[in-house]
Amino acid sequence: MSAPARTAPPALALVDVSKSFGAVRALQGVTIELHAGEVHALAGENGAGKSTVVKTFAGVHRPDSGEVRVDGRPVTFHGPADAQAAGVAVIYQEPTLFPDLSVAENIFMGRQPRTRFGRIDRRAMHAEAARLFERLGVALDPQQPARGLSIADQQVVEIAKAISREARVLIMDEPTAALTGQEVARLFAVTRTLRDQGCAVLFISHRLEEIFAICQRVTTLRDGTYVGTEDVADLTPDDLVQRMVGREVAALYPKQHVEPGEVALKVSRLTREGVFTDVSFEVRRGEIVALAGLVGAGRSEVARAIFGVDRWDAGSVEVNGRRLPPASPTAAMAAGLALVPEDRRQQGLVMDMSIERNMGLTQLRRLRRLTGRGPLISRRVERDRAADWALRLQLKYARLSDAVGVLSGGNQQKVVLAKWLATEPSVLIVDEPTRGIDVGTKAEVHRLLSELAAEDLAILMISSDLPEVLGMADRVLVMHEGRLTAEIPRAEATEETVMAAATGRDGTVGEAA
Amino acid sequence: MADRATGNRGDRGAGRFEIGRLVRWDVVVAALLIVVFFGGAGLSSDFGNADNISFALGDLSEIALIALPMTLLVVCGQVDLSVASVLGLSSALVGRLWDAGMAIETIIPLVLAVGLVCGLVNGLLVTRLGLPSLAVTIGTMTLYRGLAYVVLGTEAVSRFPQQYADLTVTNVPGTPIPYPMALFAVLALATAVVLHATGVGRALFAIGAQEEAAYFAGIRVKRLKLILFALSGLVAAFAGVVYTLRYGSARADNGLGLELTVIAAVLLGGVDFDGGRGTLGGVLAGVLLIGVMRNLLMLNDVANEIQSIVTGLLLVVSVLTPRVIAVVREARARGAAGRAAAKAAT
Repeated sequence: MSAPARTAPPALALVDVSKSFGAVRALQGVTIELHAGEVHALAGENGAGKSTVVKTFAGVHRPDSGEVRVDGRPVTFHGPADAQAAGVAVIYQEPTLFPDLSVAENIFMGRQPRTRFGRIDRRAMHAEAARLFERLGVALDPQQPARGLSIADQQVVEIAKAISREARVLIMDEPTAALTGQEVARLFAVTRTLRDQGCAVLFISHRLEEIFAICQRVTTLRDGTYVGTEDVADLTPDDLVQRMVGREVAALYPKQHVEPGEVALKVSRLTREGVFTDVSFEVRRGEIVALAGLVGAGRSEVARAIFGVDRWDAGSVEVNGRRLPPASPTAAMAAGLALVPEDRRQQGLVMDMSIERNMGLTQLRRLRRLTGRGPLISRRVERDRAADWALRLQLKYARLSDAVGVLSGGNQQKVVLAKWLATEPSVLIVDEPTRGIDVGTKAEVHRLLSELAAEDLAILMISSDLPEVLGMADRVLVMHEGRLTAEIPRAEATEETVMAAATGRDGTVGEAA
Repeated sequence: MADRATGNRGDRGAGRFEIGRLVRWDVVVAALLIVVFFGGAGLSSDFGNADNISFALGDLSEIALIALPMTLLVVCGQVDLSVASVLGLSSALVGRLWDAGMAIETIIPLVLAVGLVCGLVNGLLVTRLGLPSLAVTIGTMTLYRGLAYVVLGTEAVSRFPQQYADLTVTNVPGTPIPYPMALFAVLALATAVVLHATGVGRALFAIGAQEEAAYFAGIRVKRLKLILFALSGLVAAFAGVVYTLRYGSARADNGLGLELTVIAAVLLGGVDFDGGRGTLGGVLAGVLLIGVMRNLLMLNDVANEIQSIVTGLLLVVSVLTPRVIAVVREARARGAAGRAAAKAAT
């Protein structure tokens, strides 16, 4: 802990804090000190206790033992209002603004400047908002309604709100999860500005490269216990992963080379008006082909059309030489296609349904055929199959009859994978397969994809995670504004070549970092 | 609503005793039914005799029959408010065609076909245009009732031969169960099997709980919905025939407001109005409970208005109680959820 000599006490700190919920120890002896003028990372896998730390800082939880300190003095937050009064502000992954109010009204909600006659002084409010944006170095119109703002802009509004309340500590809980590379770059610029103006920032992200890009120190948690606080400069990404996981993680991207077989998926001149145009490519058995590009480039939309969730207007899709009818997921499945969708909670799983029933949902006919009991489903067969898949994917669960909603993000993703692999597809499309899941599970998913390719599956992987794309893909297809702009073989794929194609520029862009 | 009816969760892990899991809403309703039934038998000597039971059951025929497709619809997140109007339209058609001298053997298939078309129209409006079923069927409820008046006006046709009326009130030999309710029993069993033991049933629960995820899993969401609405129309038309013959009177305003009693029975049985949860056993108990209450109130000469107040209260309580239980349980279970999360993370 070679922190530079600091004279002032930390602006906000937890000292030896423990917190239990019922019999679960969420935090055990955790100490974390946020100093003015630093960006401090909080690292840990899902379930390590990061959210509990955030909620303790935010005044939602009170520690069972240990102290919360503001400027070195012990305090008790009786609720979020107390934390706010002490200058703590939390920026969430998806801000909640009032969509019908203007940006400025959102910032000053409940504290609007008044005229002499007690009416809201719009002019003063707009001017003040404009000054805040200037201070943050972003161009946003204070009079614009919040509806229609990108998530990135909404976060900036939240930050402006925090600053206007004189927040001295900013807690950013996975702010980058839904941002594009460019938006991340802007968020980082804003964060640096705040840091230089004397704010303390706590930064949480699953993307290690972001921690290395913006943070000075990092505190790591594992299973609710404190692992340590270190200077980021003294660590390598591998060190950090090891601290989070507590063991050496097998290489994150273990794609082995497989000799590609015959063409399994052939997409020809696929077009959906106004969404994507003239998209053609092939995926062979044994291959992992990545579809890269910025958010909004049309990648997920292509996947949805191929699988038949959306219509297409022109072009064709062939699976193993058979042409698919448009807009029929049922036909796509019958032809051997499987899609692990982007939005796990809405599209991938029925959150209230049990693990086993979610897994069975793609194979209702199969469960029927196996039983030999006419149209009836055998619960035993359903459970046995679910148990087999749970074992193969090392799913962590209490009971197969539990609702999938209680599982962690990574384990939910495993259920989605299981439900699709159980259909024995020949082409697997995975859309952001590791978004929002912890490092350990991420490595497992990568190993699984690699194994599947070795078993002759053709895999199309959509990912915004560049290291994942470069590590896993045999070929990288890049989309920009609805068109396929590049096809890059593994040997030539680098962050620069992919980003250049993704942004439609030739020069190199290193925005994400 | 954490642990309201648990039909879509089925068999829980074996060997664990958790009091919360034993208290299922459908079981509560079934217990309530038994209490009210024996309470009623003690209260009124007329209640328990076979004639009254047969009458009470017969009086439930239409509600019970329509409740079956309604259960499937509500489980998959839909509702059909037009059923009572289809019943009325069917009744009016029976009267008009009988008046015109047509044989009842010809009338019935014709009327059923009309009911099927009514249901298909609902289904197509919901699936093709993507309109919410609540809005669609509020509209067609008025439309079909209007058509019923067009067919028969405000007159009543009541010259049906006794043998047809007998068919709807005669008991199955050796039981106090009238034929329509015997048919209901068979259909209820079939519906229960479909809902709880087949792929179609699984699909319906999935659609009700998370339609998009069901669609992404290759389930033919629109087709299933269309079939259910058609079925609902068909059964409502059949109920119209039963109603007409049972009362020996065909009128355009027959069954006015019946849809609310049906929905009350379904919700009372523990089916979640938001879809995705419910059991047919619960609905069965809900239907019978409503029948028993109605009969008891009638035997005790309670005014119609009071009967409707009691039904209404029962409904409000049935919707409220599980939520109150859920809130209490959630507060207690917060620790347990954390426990599960911690377990999953290790």
